[in-house]
Amino acid sequence: MNTENTMQDKVKEIVKKYKGDKSALVAILQDVQDEYRYLPKEALLTIHEQMDIPMARVYEVATFYDAFSLTPRGRFIIEVCTGTTCHVQGGMNLLDTFERSLRINCGETTEDGLFSVDRVGCLGCCSIAPVVRVNDTIHPQMTQDEIPRVLRTYMAKRYGR
Amino acid sequence: MSKINTLDALDKAAKKGRDLLFPSTKIRISIGMTTNSIAAGARSVYDAFLEEKKNKNMKFDMVKTGGMGFDSVEPIVDVVIPNKPRLAFAKVTVEKVPVLLEQVARLNLDRELPFYRVDEQEDIFTGETIQYVKGRLPRVFSKISLREEIPFYKNQLKVVTRNCGVIDPENMEEYIARGGYYGLHKALTEMKPDEIVQEIIDSGLRGRGGGGFPTGIKWRSCREAEGDIKYVICNGDEGDPGAYMDRSLMEGDPHSIIEGMIIGAYAIGASQGYIYVRNEYPLAVENLNRAVMQARKAGLLGKNIFGQKFSFDIKIAKGAGAFVCGESTALIASLEGRAGEPRAKYTHTVEHGLWDMPTNLNNVETWNNVPIIIARGSKWFSQIGTKTSSGTKVFSLVGKTNNIGLAEVPMGMTIRDIVYGIGGGIYNDREFKAVQTGGPSGGCIPKSLLDLPVGFDELADAGSMMGSGGMIVMDDTTCMVDIAKYFLDFLAKESCGKCTPCREGIRRMRSILEDICSGGGQEGDIELLKEMSDAIIDGSLCALGGSAPSPVLSTLRYFQEEYETHIKGKKCPAGVCKKLIKFRILDEQCNGCGKCRKVCPTRAATGSRREPHKIDQNLCIQCRACYEVCTFNAIIIE
Amino acid sequence: MVKLVIDGKTVQAEEGKILLTVARENGIEIPTLCSHETLENTGACRLCVVEITKGKRKKIVTSCLYAAEDGIVVDTKSDRVLKVRRFVMQFLMARCPTSDVIRDMAANMGIAPETRFKPSEDGKTCIFCRLCVKACEDVVGVSALGFAFRGVDKALGTPYREPSPACIGCGSCAYICPTRQITMSSTENTRSICGKTFKMKACSVCGRYFAPEEQLAFISKKTGVDLEALSVCSSCR
Repeated sequence: MNTENTMQDKVKEIVKKYKGDKSALVAILQDVQDEYRYLPKEALLTIHEQMDIPMARVYEVATFYDAFSLTPRGRFIIEVCTGTTCHVQGGMNLLDTFERSLRINCGETTEDGLFSVDRVGCLGCCSIAPVVRVNDTIHPQMTQDEIPRVLRTYMAKRYGR
Repeated sequence: MSKINTLDALDKAAKKGRDLLFPSTKIRISIGMTTNSIAAGARSVYDAFLEEKKNKNMKFDMVKTGGMGFDSVEPIVDVVIPNKPRLAFAKVTVEKVPVLLEQVARLNLDRELPFYRVDEQEDIFTGETIQYVKGRLPRVFSKISLREEIPFYKNQLKVVTRNCGVIDPENMEEYIARGGYYGLHKALTEMKPDEIVQEIIDSGLRGRGGGGFPTGIKWRSCREAEGDIKYVICNGDEGDPGAYMDRSLMEGDPHSIIEGMIIGAYAIGASQGYIYVRNEYPLAVENLNRAVMQARKAGLLGKNIFGQKFSFDIKIAKGAGAFVCGESTALIASLEGRAGEPRAKYTHTVEHGLWDMPTNLNNVETWNNVPIIIARGSKWFSQIGTKTSSGTKVFSLVGKTNNIGLAEVPMGMTIRDIVYGIGGGIYNDREFKAVQTGGPSGGCIPKSLLDLPVGFDELADAGSMMGSGGMIVMDDTTCMVDIAKYFLDFLAKESCGKCTPCREGIRRMRSILEDICSGGGQEGDIELLKEMSDAIIDGSLCALGGSAPSPVLSTLRYFQEEYETHIKGKKCPAGVCKKLIKFRILDEQCNGCGKCRKVCPTRAATGSRREPHKIDQNLCIQCRACYEVCTFNAIIIE
Repeated sequence: MVKLVIDGKTVQAEEGKILLTVARENGIEIPTLCSHETLENTGACRLCVVEITKGKRKKIVTSCLYAAEDGIVVDTKSDRVLKVRRFVMQFLMARCPTSDVIRDMAANMGIAPETRFKPSEDGKTCIFCRLCVKACEDVVGVSALGFAFRGVDKALGTPYREPSPACIGCGSCAYICPTRQITMSSTENTRSICGKTFKMKACSVCGRYFAPEEQLAFISKKTGVDLEALSVCSSCR
């Protein structure tokens, strides 16, 4: 209950920042997503109540855009670039390998909440294709061979090593 | 930052900027710091320079600039030594930093030869030549190639990207020192709005974001439209895969976009502007936000700009990850806080756009062209390029060429000159197969059209389009059916889903292509794909659906036999389509190193150490991992 | 008034009137699945496209959105138009193979299913005409229904596919749905729709159950009419 109250307060604060401007819905959802790394249902309900926008509209916008997720994301979000250059350099095989190694499908999160795997539109890093972005770090010229090592590096970070 | 409301104040700012750009005593070292150069290691190189400076107590200025263009040799370090040629070092690593610094300090350039030098350079804004070298050229420099001798740079003309990689995008005075905001001053103090519109019309500038609509004509319609409030929008939702020039401009020269928009707003009569930036570009958002704040502080945004009765401000809006928002009506829906669904354009956005008010929307590169057109005049601009496509175009030359990066060339240059001249030919001396332009709305141009001059109409006639300027070069290892499938898969996900032909039609085309790529192609599929394409083009509500079949139609136009080989022969000549290929190990080439065995996820590759290995076709999932890891060329695709 | 030609017939029309209406008023039928007289047109289904000639240029336009213009020549059955309609119907037949409405309509238009399209197996008959969404938002004013996701994943329904607290059980969506994707079921004193079951109000005069209580409460709140006054059914009023 307590967490819900804090979440409500936090969301109210975000809405207030935009002065309840209904056109700021996308921006407000972005701020909420930044805060919680996904859009919790309670947050959407608070936005709906605070901004007097029908829940169906809030939900429509929240699901339309790729930047938003309705489910909690992993601590490390692995995004495989699926731009044309990365595609011709074998980007899809990287995605397959991540899915296989982590035993999840694209768009899903591992049970321990550590990794999410997703595809992302062209990042404009075509000169170092194929690339994979993990949170804010772009890994250039990735190969399937390197994937186990990359995953191990991030797993080690979990334990603060 | 003091207020800049007079020409005098502008001159003062320019002087400050010039002192930074052309230091008289200190060395200036700049590093291209775009998203892709950071990924290539630019940030650690930058930090290494700072570290070395601190440790050795050296005196030089360190600057982060935008992209230098030649991305395949990043990180690039640019060095301005007072009164000496400007130097650039390519592929700089952390380890090379101490040597490099010592060399520069002592002017002993033997160990790490600079990539190129620049003795003099035309200031594109004024037409004047800037001399870096004062006096005679020291001998030590003479063996370094001039930049204009390097094939990648040789035939480029940097108009739009003039400041990228030169100025510090965080420093407005450096922008002003390069002629920035002088065009705005001229527009506001010497020209009437109608004259500006006419100047843009006369320049022949066409929209750089896709269709190539004449910019000035759009401005005129918006100026003439009735409305109490008018808006200008900069479309920075660059979504075409393989195109990143707008990102580079937003990251490397944000003030130029802002200046272009202020001029446009004054000409049209708009009071508010929006820059809609793609969500995937955090650095662009950061740099634009900072630039807007700086311009506001200087009074270049806000009330009574340059003391005139004209007020204008800009807001930055972040996209949320939807390709369709590059379409103007969808972008407007998104700005209004709704899902990005386009509407029919029978009422034009120049009349009824954002909040139903007259709205003029142009893309990043288009806005970027505006200040220089005003500064140097439409006559100067229209002499660049061709009659129907004036000016330059920034292309992202990527894929299978030797040189990769952003290249700005006069319109009308041939594809051959771009791919083989600037691009330095195909990587590993393989065969050129096609160049894909125009993103998902464009098409693939074959070898037979290598001498096609690039222009809006020429590309459209060839079944492709200019789009935002992506040029993805493909060699004989690229399957054209797979490329068509790739784009339809992209569009199936990115379609907003509002209208039937786009939502359902693309999905059905994709499923036929999936069949063809996996051996299930049927007689009549090619004809059906063509028929469906007609219906989807004619029947779709917006340009996304209306151009969605282009990748299929253009590959069918030039590579139909490849489709037929897939359908009838059940073979993929390029060795890409998984269900149609087999991986096999050549006994005579394999020395049994075991790399393939280790990397194979399904244990299909087996063998004893130092014995030729085998692949069990029943277990193989064609993941390609063994093929990529084998250094003895022992694995072949059949 | 403007003068234009539709299928060879010269007709007069009020300026600004959409082509679909002008054609219908002149006895020319244009098929459509997403246009309803009470709602603003969205141009979603694309069946109503027509080909117009304006000067030298020919183009395909959406007749439910395109306003009549002086001097244009409209062809409602050109080859290009018929090709669009054929594929739209074939796409919809493959999308919702169980819909008899779509099947009969296609048959009337002489269009057979395209065998190369594998029929969807989810049993749904939604064609995304968005009439229900518009009715719920613009006519009823509750916005209980909406879309989710986009592209091939686009879905219609209530948020989180849960019964919507906003829904008042008025049944407008079921009434307006052309393909009967949204259905309503009733017992003597209940009504179920969109995953929610409503208690019906009995008429205070004749005792017949006539409207969901939530709907009456909504109307009362919106119009300010006393709930008592609303508890009389239309035949007893």
